[in-house]
Amino acid sequence: MNDMLKAVGNVFLKMPKGFVVTFKHLFKKPVTLDYPRKKKPMTPRYRGKHYLERYDDGTERCVCCGLCAAACPADAIYMEPEENEKGERRASLYEINLLRCIFCGFCEEACPEEAIFLGQEYEFSDDNRNSFIVDKDDMLVPHPRKDNPLKRIYRRVRKVYGVVDEH
Amino acid sequence: MLEVIIASSIKVVFVLAAVLTGCAYSTYLERKVVGHLQHRIGPSYAGPYGLLQPIADAVKLMFKEDVVPDKVERVTFALAPIISFAPALLTFAVIPFAKDDNVFGYDVKMVLSDLNIGILFVFAITSIGVYGIVLAGWSSGSKYSLMGGIRSSAQMISYEVSYGLSIIGVILIANTLSLRELVDQQASTSIWFFANWYVFKQPLGFLLYLTCAIAETNRLPFDLPEAESELVAGYHTEYSSMRFAMFFIGEYANMLAVSAVGATLFFGGWQGPFVNEVPFIGMFWFALKVFIFMFFYIWLRGTFPRFRYDQLMNFGWKVLLPLALFNTMVTGLIVVKGWF
Amino acid sequence: MNLDTIIFLVSAVVAVFGGTMMIAQRNPVLSVLYLILSLVAQAVLYVQLGALFLGAVLIIVYSGAILVLFLFVIMLLNLRGSEDFGHGSKPISGVTKFVLALLFVFELIAIVRTSLLQADSPIGMMTAVPVDFGSVKAVATLLFTKYLYPFELAGVLLLAAIVGAVVMTKGPEDEGAGATDELYGIADKEAEGEK
Repeated sequence: MNDMLKAVGNVFLKMPKGFVVTFKHLFKKPVTLDYPRKKKPMTPRYRGKHYLERYDDGTERCVCCGLCAAACPADAIYMEPEENEKGERRASLYEINLLRCIFCGFCEEACPEEAIFLGQEYEFSDDNRNSFIVDKDDMLVPHPRKDNPLKRIYRRVRKVYGVVDEH
Repeated sequence: MLEVIIASSIKVVFVLAAVLTGCAYSTYLERKVVGHLQHRIGPSYAGPYGLLQPIADAVKLMFKEDVVPDKVERVTFALAPIISFAPALLTFAVIPFAKDDNVFGYDVKMVLSDLNIGILFVFAITSIGVYGIVLAGWSSGSKYSLMGGIRSSAQMISYEVSYGLSIIGVILIANTLSLRELVDQQASTSIWFFANWYVFKQPLGFLLYLTCAIAETNRLPFDLPEAESELVAGYHTEYSSMRFAMFFIGEYANMLAVSAVGATLFFGGWQGPFVNEVPFIGMFWFALKVFIFMFFYIWLRGTFPRFRYDQLMNFGWKVLLPLALFNTMVTGLIVVKGWF
Repeated sequence: MNLDTIIFLVSAVVAVFGGTMMIAQRNPVLSVLYLILSLVAQAVLYVQLGALFLGAVLIIVYSGAILVLFLFVIMLLNLRGSEDFGHGSKPISGVTKFVLALLFVFELIAIVRTSLLQADSPIGMMTAVPVDFGSVKAVATLLFTKYLYPFELAGVLLLAAIVGAVVMTKGPEDEGAGATDELYGIADKEAEGEK
């Protein structure tokens, strides 16, 4: 009898409260996004897939010094140097194994030429391991770059041609 | 004779199509509404607003591999999904869905079969549906399935008693078992079109019906047979592909069935404004009422947590059954004394 | 041969087939299933006689409630087809089986003979069915007037059975640390904690 009265009481007194609460939530803005179509912008300091910067005239900033590879705790970076037609040193091969990479950002810090940065892209998934080894072509920003650089580069202009540095 | 067969066939096809589409879009409704209740957006990828999601699901299920585990009882394992799926659809055979009308010169009864024991037929069919779950649980040869099956048989037996008793009040007042007559009795010509709905004469009976119906269809908060946090998926743990799909559709068809019966018994079925002027509008009112029931189901799912097993049994036997008996006695007294 | 005859023949054959298969099965769950099949076929027969109510009640009460309980018990005991039961029965039972079966066969023959020879006998298909046979009103009137005593007695009998079942499941109270206590030990502690 006691149980029964309690249950009936709950139906009329407590259950409506619960229903009201959930009904209010029905019209609130969802906290999730319509993901593949709408993406949440990552924070500027997010460490995603690497990209290699260029000078304004299009030559690569990377001089293949190997500091990033030395700094890399995961040993994910491999490079081979060569000389370009002007006799400057640059990388003929620059590979990052994204499966090894822990996205710590040490390469970015180690780079004296401000050539490598960790970008915003976080959607890398594939069906074979080889496609996770990205090379220069995958990482270099397109030459007349379409968007503004994500991170500020301080030494904007090449020193080699004697143009005055910003600093 | 031929005309009767053709007319019946058209009605059967119409009702089946409506019910199956209803089932498919109930899953969509559920995912969308529960999503928004939980501040999510629910399915949105297949088609505009994800409207094609049920079709995508169906295609996916059809092309999945049908896995039959090694230790199942093969015959019963194959039989169980059918037993749980077919009765759910059969229920709709006796539910009137619109006012009788003259279509293309023929008088058409807007019900598949106007049984004079319609409501008992519904209950007989519902009681058969239990076997699907019980046999699925037993034949799978898995402890999770068996636990689900045992739970569901105990739960359904317990709640079927109150389920049956909860509608006796309505039957006593209406003095008929035919769903068609029940709907006719709830007609009202005044501006208060809902004045004669039985929900106002049988409020307790309605609440009991609603509770027991949710328990009968194994829905939250009474979904112990498939309590995923304890039993993986309960009785259909070992099922895959179309066999699983049959359980899935069966569950939603059952929900639709009890919603339709509830709407017919307590909310006047297809009765509503303008049914006499435009008989076909009854179909819309009926669909609307069933939709409200379904929405309530889903709303309930998004609101309350699952019962514990002993709470469930206590609730069924110590609360619902006495209340149902009380309701029956009081209604009987009122009917005998002629106070209605 | 009209539709009614076909329906009658099919459902009658299915009913007998179900009944036979029910006895012939080793697997108890399949036995129950065949019994359900038989009952459903019988319900069809009732419906054919115009006794829709009786047909529905047959399914609701027997298939819907009683046989689910059977299944429930079988599943709890977990009798599988591989288990041997029926072996090692005493020789006397073999004789009893035959005697009972013979008696039953004679009984059947007697019934069929009387119903076939006497067209006006109360048993059999020959007699015309009353108009309201098996309708809710007819059944209810009989139950609450002519057969009121048996009806109420059956109710009391069932009540006794329920009380008996409750007593048996509860077990003797003075056993203290029995199996039930182990089962509900945690719950009891929780209840004490609440107090």
